[in-house]
Amino acid sequence: MTLAFEKRKTVSRTAIVVVPVVSFVASLVLTGALLMIFGANPLATYAAMFKGAFGSGRALTETLVKAIPLSLTGLGVALAFRLKFWNIGAEGQLTLAGVAATGVALFWSPWLPAPLLLPVMVLVGCAAGAAWAGVPALLKTRLNVDETLVTLMLNYVAILFSEFLYYGPWRDPKGFGFPGTRMFPKEAWFPRIAGRAHVGLYLALVAAAVLWFVLNRTRWGFELKVIGNSPKAARYQGISVERNILLAVLLSGAICGLAGVGEVAGISRRLQQGLSLGYGFTAIIVAWMAQLNPLAIPFVAVLMGGLLVGGDQVQMVMGLPSSIGLLMQGMILFPMLAGSLFTEYRIKRVGGQAVRESETGAV
Amino acid sequence: MGLITSLIAITLRAGTSLVYATIGETYAERAGILNLGLEGIMLMGAVSSFATAYYTGSLGLAIVVALGVGGLMALIHAFLSITMKANQVVSGLSITLFGTGFASFLGQRLGPESNGRYLIGLTGPRFAPIDVGALGKVPILGAILGQDLFTYGIYLLIPLAWFYLYRTKNGLWLRAIGENPRTADAMGVAVDRAKYGYTVFGGMLTALGGAHLALAYTPGWSENITGGRGWIVIALVIFSMWNPGRAITGALIFGGINAVQFRLQASGTNVPAAFLNMLPYLATIVVLVAITWWEALSKRVGSPASLGQPYVREDK
Repeated sequence: MTLAFEKRKTVSRTAIVVVPVVSFVASLVLTGALLMIFGANPLATYAAMFKGAFGSGRALTETLVKAIPLSLTGLGVALAFRLKFWNIGAEGQLTLAGVAATGVALFWSPWLPAPLLLPVMVLVGCAAGAAWAGVPALLKTRLNVDETLVTLMLNYVAILFSEFLYYGPWRDPKGFGFPGTRMFPKEAWFPRIAGRAHVGLYLALVAAAVLWFVLNRTRWGFELKVIGNSPKAARYQGISVERNILLAVLLSGAICGLAGVGEVAGISRRLQQGLSLGYGFTAIIVAWMAQLNPLAIPFVAVLMGGLLVGGDQVQMVMGLPSSIGLLMQGMILFPMLAGSLFTEYRIKRVGGQAVRESETGAV
Repeated sequence: MGLITSLIAITLRAGTSLVYATIGETYAERAGILNLGLEGIMLMGAVSSFATAYYTGSLGLAIVVALGVGGLMALIHAFLSITMKANQVVSGLSITLFGTGFASFLGQRLGPESNGRYLIGLTGPRFAPIDVGALGKVPILGAILGQDLFTYGIYLLIPLAWFYLYRTKNGLWLRAIGENPRTADAMGVAVDRAKYGYTVFGGMLTALGGAHLALAYTPGWSENITGGRGWIVIALVIFSMWNPGRAITGALIFGGINAVQFRLQASGTNVPAAFLNMLPYLATIVVLVAITWWEALSKRVGSPASLGQPYVREDK
């Protein structure tokens, strides 16, 4: 008996729920095995991580602090991924937006009426994120240049540019040599909800709902879906593929940019080292685990934020490296990807005359 | 040493790790497997080889460990993208994310107690440039010969990799797999097995590139020791048109940019360091745009036709 695979027309519905859950559990088991190799008790480690991430009010708000940028970048990345535009430049889009919002907060605040300052920061930040994503989008749609590499390279450029600013011309002269700009005026602070969690949380939830609506209930969303499935079919239907990809990627960059505005206006209240802690990369995991579904993204973001915060706690409590959170995140996608065989393919047994289809999809 | 000679010396040294990874990825892509996990594999190669050299004092063992680790990492990618038919872009990305996280974890865990278990900031044995005596004084030749063993390795690897791909039967089959796996299958090539083999081989060479960084180029371990080299390599493979014989050109360009960066920084230029450091990344974009444009103008397609596509065998 041998197995044969046939590409499904639509992904299996059972598998869409089962695969992420099984993947998460599998990643716990795999990481647990690694932890044992390195002489740590996996159960105690997980308990400490869980407690560190969700065990107290403060832990919870810190998890939300990380979930906000992860949600937003996850949404941005998911939108681009739906069109098979591999935007791995969320990190750079976030950073450049943070830089732009900082510019507004520091240099326009004397000229702008106070209530307008935050809206302008958000707009300028999103525009910067969109512009940074627009470069690879234009190169892709006009010249067919590989977007994976361009988006990634622009991450380095954006981060180096922000370093140049806060080490150089924008550095706080009264900062005792501290690499960072001066503190924003109070009008440029995002209001906080609890702990350090700020209104970016509401923005992320609204963005998720709006993106879901646009993708599933509007004509444009339908066009994007057709393009994502088959650009060729889209062209036959008279849909402008290039224009739509460009627009969607600009929007993707703008959403990632919003994350950057939230980080500078809501958390650090200045531009300084460590603006992004790799959120733009974790966003890829968030988006893929949520199966590119905007409504699932905030939940996955909370889970991933929990891994990061829990990892920090494990370092303090158990003396294990904080990068254990990163390690677990890296591990999650493996079972998830292995599961794509069950979500995207129909498995047939081929043996003699008996051909039976496996209907459940998930095994 | 003259200016040109010293520029060549620095360029070769900086380009060595890129050549290993470029040839490795060229072979994987020729077999139709796009591996975006190079950055993660390089990091794992660097941390594992450095830790091995630090504790055993054996550079040979360090290389063996790097090869093994690189092969295993690539094996995960091969399993996901060949057997499980997962999306190769996302699978490669997850290899990089996993490799980055795991390498960072190891770097914070494998060190000695006295250093807080960190590997950062330690010095271990390293590959030093070979002393070629009077030959080292000869202009240009001195730069080529006065290198460490890794760089000598690329002098051999480049012609061998070219010869295998274009002058042997296995090389012909490899090219056939990337262009049209169905035809190769019909010709009797074990397509999946070959894809596995070349992907793992690619991972091993990539990890060797990472080992060169930690054992020779910038000896020691630091979390961003690769600085995006794994990504630059993806562009270099395109730039070399999937020809291992040309892998050296791209590496030399980027090695050269590195060398110029050093020179400028040392000469106390007014250009801020951040902008100098942007050069390799901006150059990657420029090179990518130029080559894509050239391909469009000359109507040549360099990439293997089945690159990134899962191969599903039809029922027989």
